[in-house]
Amino acid sequence: MGRYLLRRLLQLVPVFIGTTFMIYALVWAVPGDPFAGKCGERRCPDQYIAFMTDKYHLDQNIFVQYATYMQNLLKGDFGQTFSGRSINDIIATAYPNTLKLAVVALLIEAGIGLTAGVLTGLRRNGFLDNLVLVSTLFLIALPVFVVGFVLQWLFGVQWQLVKPTVSSEMRFSELIIPGFVLGSASMAYIARVARTSIAENRRADYVRTAIAKGLPMRRVVGVHLLRNSLIPVVTLLGTDLGALMGGAIVTEGIFQINGIGRQVYRSIVTKESATVVSIVVVLVLVYLLMNLVVDLLYAALDPRIRYE
Amino acid sequence: MRVSKRATGALAVGMAAALVATGCSSSEGGGGEAGATKDGAITIHGVQPENPLVPANTTETGGGKIIDSLWTGLVEYPNNGGAPQNALADSIETKDSKVFTIKIKKGTKFHDGTEVKAKNFVDAWNWAAYSPNGAANGSFFSDIQGYGDVATEDPDGDGPQKAPTPKVDKMSGLKVVDDQTFEVTLSAPTAVFPTKLGYSAFMPLPDAFFSAKPEEFGKNPIGNGPVKFVSWQDNVEIKLTRFDDYNLRDKLKIKDVTFKLYQSEDAAYADLQGNNLDFMETIPTSALAGEKYKTDLGDRAMSTVTPTTAFIAFPIYDKRFTDPKLRRAVSMSIDRQAISDKIFFGTRKPADSWANPLTPGAPAGNCTACKFDPTQAKQLLQEAGGFQGEMVFYYNADSSHKDWMEAVAQQVKTNLGINARAEGMPTFAVFRQNINAHKMKGLYRAAWQQDYPDIENWVNPLYVKGGSSNDGLYSNPEVDAAAKAASAAPSLEASHQQFAEVLKKVDADVPTIPVYFYGQQSGHSEKIKKLELNNVGELDLSSVEL
Repeated sequence: MGRYLLRRLLQLVPVFIGTTFMIYALVWAVPGDPFAGKCGERRCPDQYIAFMTDKYHLDQNIFVQYATYMQNLLKGDFGQTFSGRSINDIIATAYPNTLKLAVVALLIEAGIGLTAGVLTGLRRNGFLDNLVLVSTLFLIALPVFVVGFVLQWLFGVQWQLVKPTVSSEMRFSELIIPGFVLGSASMAYIARVARTSIAENRRADYVRTAIAKGLPMRRVVGVHLLRNSLIPVVTLLGTDLGALMGGAIVTEGIFQINGIGRQVYRSIVTKESATVVSIVVVLVLVYLLMNLVVDLLYAALDPRIRYE
Repeated sequence: MRVSKRATGALAVGMAAALVATGCSSSEGGGGEAGATKDGAITIHGVQPENPLVPANTTETGGGKIIDSLWTGLVEYPNNGGAPQNALADSIETKDSKVFTIKIKKGTKFHDGTEVKAKNFVDAWNWAAYSPNGAANGSFFSDIQGYGDVATEDPDGDGPQKAPTPKVDKMSGLKVVDDQTFEVTLSAPTAVFPTKLGYSAFMPLPDAFFSAKPEEFGKNPIGNGPVKFVSWQDNVEIKLTRFDDYNLRDKLKIKDVTFKLYQSEDAAYADLQGNNLDFMETIPTSALAGEKYKTDLGDRAMSTVTPTTAFIAFPIYDKRFTDPKLRRAVSMSIDRQAISDKIFFGTRKPADSWANPLTPGAPAGNCTACKFDPTQAKQLLQEAGGFQGEMVFYYNADSSHKDWMEAVAQQVKTNLGINARAEGMPTFAVFRQNINAHKMKGLYRAAWQQDYPDIENWVNPLYVKGGSSNDGLYSNPEVDAAAKAASAAPSLEASHQQFAEVLKKVDADVPTIPVYFYGQQSGHSEKIKKLELNNVGELDLSSVEL
């Protein structure tokens, strides 16, 4: 286990360097002068362009720029945007918001998704099963922005039960609707995967044995059946958490949440290359670590899986 | 000049006609309750400023709106579109439009408590003009004597050489006389100079600015306007509050103002509908379609006009477009009324003059090429020898220009039989890059909002050789000479008359095609009982009552 962990952690180093360089090269290869649209329907003054080019080393080649960037990165400095704001600050303010939203979304999707999955898996072809089948189909078919706008309009504008957008305090109660929107599609997938998995294991020998031993149904389902059926669900939840922590451009945009997704989108549009690279670097790290955690969770759930 | 983030056009500070809100006149509810107003707080729509809040460095509307409320300049532009009036200035005097003696009012303060003195202006202007400081608005000072000594040019454009460091860091044309008086000498007579002084580049800066880094100052700006800065949470909100020591005309009646910084206009619009946002300057296009906003907002919807014109520009550096007859033919084949009615539901008006008619000095209806006359257009095209190949109309696809540009292309195709089509470029930045580099292979959309309210601003930057936004490289020596003479006229009235004559010459050449005048649809919450919009359609904070 320890050696496995160490090996996985060491593997992260080349992956990290490789991805960051690729991102860096790609971002700077995007055609377009970063100052082209900055001054409206006229050129920026030469003195401004000269000043900025010099300040941000834009006249040097990409390898020198990348080396300088990595040097600062190792010192924990992500650099500055073209307007002189510290990128560390941007990430530090935006990331907690994304995390909060991700956790709310994950709780909602795991809670509702698993409950629906277990109930329908145990009683297949009943009314509830059909209802969940139809409603998950509906959720999967709807693009997230449709769900977002409809819920925002219904709850925020029409019934005025909540504020249409999230305030700067990011209260938990304000995040329920955005979290639901963000988790809606995954919730549907989780319900379906859990249902299939439960239904399949329901007929397994060990379940029959457990019932034959006279164990109460709650224990059969809660301990024996659920634990074995959770592996595909955990895989799904793990990758989903990685995706959620990468920010949700659409949901954050609809509900005015200052998260990492909005920051990336904004930086791409305004050609803030340094910000794009820095945020993506953080996301790469998050993804790599999330994958590791999911792999370790397998072993915890299924003792047959061991890492040497 | 400022650019809107949505890139609907080039934007700046300027002036317009009276913009009294519909359904918000003082007769209704008597202007609200005094108590609610006195401690009242409002939240208005904003966009994250791209740069720290330093007036001479702000070129876009996101930061510009906040700068406008944090600072008060020498002159101000009245909401009703009249001539500029002295604000901080006590008097601006000149005999020859070359040497100006500016006296400022005594006893006004910056937000840090220091007094606003003449040297705060002189120091601020010198800082902005000094090229190593890289101020984006530096060129606004080019009228002043000695500008060439403090702002050096890159000898080979964007090449490897760098601009030499200027020998001096102060313009010889600026002289402090005493605490309340300073003298400005221009390099050539410029009648419109006092009008320009209301633009944000000309704001005074407190002594604290010069001892801090501009980036640091811009995160915690100290102005001299009716509101002072409280806090700025990136991409979330900027909080401002009433400056109680303010003693000029536009003192606030309410107390706190929060600019909520939106990324998505639709989110802002949802907040406006839900009364969670008190004022939104521009209602998004999605709500304009079919006049949806009128049903959504009822009497909270407002409609006004702004001094901005949409053009289609010719790349005159392309030899296919050098013949004025061809240009006139294209212009006359466009049915502007139909575009206004069908595409904009009447919210934008068909253009019929070269300078926006809301501008002081601008003659209305002086664009003879703006008439819709397909028969004459066809004849002109024949005289010009027809048009070979494909005529492409370019626009930036990241903003809502597709519909009207395609309509224009279709009209040209139908009415002139030219093989015309519209094509979008992905972003405003890519679009501008090609325009700046003079690489456009067809006509392209453009928009102009005056930097300051004067007809001069609709001529010199656009139609004079070397003008800052003469992107099509139009050049007519007669126009250049006449515009130069008009700029140097001894009085503003004489200058206006001469510029009107210049525009007649421009009309004969049709260097661009005016298409429509912008309108603005805004909305406010139920909380606001009374408000006015300023000359460019921004909320006049001092007018707000709850």
